[in-house]
Amino acid sequence: MASVGVVIFPGSNCDHDTYHVVKHVCGQQAKFIWHKDSDLSGLDAVILPGGFSYGDYLRTGAIAKFSPVMGAVAEFAKKGGPVLGICNGFQILQEAGLLPGAMLRNRSVKFLSQPVNIRVERNDTAATAGLRVGEVLTMPIAHGEGNFYMPDAELDELESKGQVVFRYTDIGGGLDDAANVNGSARAIAGVCSPGRNVVGLMPHPERASEPELGSADGRRIMEALIRTVVHA
Amino acid sequence: MKARVYVTLKKSVFDPQGKTIHDALKSMGYASVADVRQGKFFEVALDGVSAEQAKATAEEVARKVLANPVIESFRVEVE
Repeated sequence: MASVGVVIFPGSNCDHDTYHVVKHVCGQQAKFIWHKDSDLSGLDAVILPGGFSYGDYLRTGAIAKFSPVMGAVAEFAKKGGPVLGICNGFQILQEAGLLPGAMLRNRSVKFLSQPVNIRVERNDTAATAGLRVGEVLTMPIAHGEGNFYMPDAELDELESKGQVVFRYTDIGGGLDDAANVNGSARAIAGVCSPGRNVVGLMPHPERASEPELGSADGRRIMEALIRTVVHA
Repeated sequence: MKARVYVTLKKSVFDPQGKTIHDALKSMGYASVADVRQGKFFEVALDGVSAEQAKATAEEVARKVLANPVIESFRVEVE
């Protein structure tokens, strides 16, 4: 049984969904961690859920990175602990320097709330172990700033180090500009740290973890995270 | 002492908001407007420090908090 912490920042709004999937869908231990706590002892993995931490004031994730819990998350990650950032959680990890790149406003300048297809690029990360490279997962996005950006030279380095974990594609797994709804550089939907234990993605696996919700593909990511922990 | 911090997207970074504003201005007939880039402006009030100290503090705050170095650059003025 894995013990998974779900961090709550002021403005998190996917915390309960994430907790529900870890505990009731995947049957693991789930524990809420308030952002002012800095004790992650006993946890096997940490998830930073989606939402609008601190109202997205200044920039998405820019204030949350100074929460006391983030020092502990950085320590946890440094020791190789699995950390998954979903949507706003991904943005917070970028701001904290635990994941590369930054998010620009979607190229349409619209908040996008819709299902997307993402192709698994790597199965050697904490959140994709056991998945098949090239398989396509369907789950929703809900963000205004998900347009992944890095300078070209750094993108080349990111690709060569195998840190691109998910890309927006069509349902068949083909790259298509129309499928890259927010305009992300090289259609990047998710990346990992050099150590492969910190993973972030903009789509919401916790909102697609039960067939009743239209897709259970997201459960595969949550289960991959748990598998990583249980086999560690 | 007051510091003004201007945060702008780096030249190489596409600015969807600036582009939208530019498109609107063009459709309003402002043919001479060649480009619009949107940024952020902060007025930071500082107490009990010299102009040099105020500038140093404002620059530190801009670097650590107000700007994201991946996509933005900043400029500080003190008065």
